[in-house]
Amino acid sequence: MKGIFLVCAIVSIVAILLICIFIFAGSIPFIQEYGFKNFLLGTVWKPSNNPQAFGILPMILGSLCVTFGSMVIGVPIGLLTAIYLAEFSSKKLYKFLKSGINLMAGIPSIVYGFFALVVIVPFIRDIFGGTGMNIITASILLGIMILPTVISISEAAIRAVPKSYYEGSIALGATHERSVFSVVLPAAKSGILSSIILAIGRAIGETMAVILVAGNQARIPAGLTKGVRTLTTNIVIEMAYAADKHREALIATAAVLFLFILAINGIFLIVKRRTNN
Amino acid sequence: MSRFLRLTVKLSAFITFGILFSIVSHILIKGISSLNPSLFQLEYTTDNVSLFPAMITTIMLIFLTLIIATPIGVFTGFYLIEYAKKENRLVKIIRIATETLSGIPSIVYGLFGMLFFVIYLNFQYSLLAGTLTIGIMILPLIIRSTEEALLSVDNSLREGSFALGTGKLNTIFKIVLPAAMPGILSGIILSIGRIVGETAALMFTLGTAAKIPEGLFSSGRTLALHMYVLSTEGIHVNESYATGIVLLAVVLIVNYISTLLSNKLAKGSRDGYKG
Repeated sequence: MKGIFLVCAIVSIVAILLICIFIFAGSIPFIQEYGFKNFLLGTVWKPSNNPQAFGILPMILGSLCVTFGSMVIGVPIGLLTAIYLAEFSSKKLYKFLKSGINLMAGIPSIVYGFFALVVIVPFIRDIFGGTGMNIITASILLGIMILPTVISISEAAIRAVPKSYYEGSIALGATHERSVFSVVLPAAKSGILSSIILAIGRAIGETMAVILVAGNQARIPAGLTKGVRTLTTNIVIEMAYAADKHREALIATAAVLFLFILAINGIFLIVKRRTNN
Repeated sequence: MSRFLRLTVKLSAFITFGILFSIVSHILIKGISSLNPSLFQLEYTTDNVSLFPAMITTIMLIFLTLIIATPIGVFTGFYLIEYAKKENRLVKIIRIATETLSGIPSIVYGLFGMLFFVIYLNFQYSLLAGTLTIGIMILPLIIRSTEEALLSVDNSLREGSFALGTGKLNTIFKIVLPAAMPGILSGIILSIGRIVGETAALMFTLGTAAKIPEGLFSSGRTLALHMYVLSTEGIHVNESYATGIVLLAVVLIVNYISTLLSNKLAKGSRDGYKG
């Protein structure tokens, strides 16, 4: 029986190897032919032109823009909510609110996307004009979607700080708020940092919700109120009808996205290891 | 200063839960008035965008995926916790593999599923290709919850069983597994939530055909995919709301059951400690 367990355990390794092989093997011939620099730093994506142009810099910048925007919106609110849950809420209220956070983590991304499409898009359109599908809308949507990740991991990190830190600060005459912000929070900083890194991973990888609200124009981001296309949405929008070189370019887009995620995961593991030491 | 800090903390919590409340209430209010019996008719037609076929497809997908992924995930947990030594090199590699798997975005899974299952193995857009892709995706979740559940089982239970002369395998299946069951089940329930909510990984593996799949090699669409297709078409907004409400209901049920189970696990291990 031990053999069967071992074989099952190896399935994960085989899966990750297969994913790497198929994503990278599918993109390397294309990148060699088109040129690594032209692909990564090309500013024009026009697969139906003649000659075809496959520069994904607009999408890389698009992904970075909306991810950064979502951090600006989601991290402060998420972190402060985590502080509220860990240090300010009553026990009874906490139980109720915590199940709310779990619900938030469970809501499918398409439901978030649909909500953004019918509520946030018209709202942004009224304020800024245009179609309402732009970097701001996508950032707000992603900022909401990363909240549960930021909140639950930061809250756990804050709760893991020894009670004596807080008590020592209170004994020195600091107020409750001062103790939480100046003593407990700094002690929980690596846990909070890993919640932010995980949130970056989620935001950069999110696809189906972003597609509904980002506008999806394949051009260098031109401003906060202009539409934008991310790496993930580039794949979904064009994969259905892409053929030959175009398809290979999309697989290569996924490879670039995959590399981003591997880098983020690597940083996450390093932070986690440093915390454990 | 203290008052300002307290206010910002409370304001942020208010914003977070306000957002959650407005999403849920918006979908509920608009969705309930859109729910009507014709949405649950057997056939999807252009006049009546029934979500019933999508519901059946979702259930089929959940069932098949769990049949494949649960044993593999649970057995991996058994190997990692009950058999392998901690400093084992293989264990480290497996850990890195599962952690990497859990971080991969679903669109990359989707593309991989398309390249490997749909094209290379020639499954076409089918229930089988969707099942296998999603199966790999939920594997890390099941492995991790199994590991945590096994770790929470008191060692004295194992030692007691060994002392009575029971073999390792019997101890695992008859003593450890029952004690760890609530934790494992809660992981499985959570993965049902993941399957129900998944779109990007299924679009190019399961496909988006609006019918009940006739077999393993036939395409279909899940509720989440149904909602995505309706949202992009933009002409069936009411039906999108109705699908949203069904999805939310599933998430609520899934969360409720998994909380119930993990409370049971926590209580179980405390009782064991007392006894």
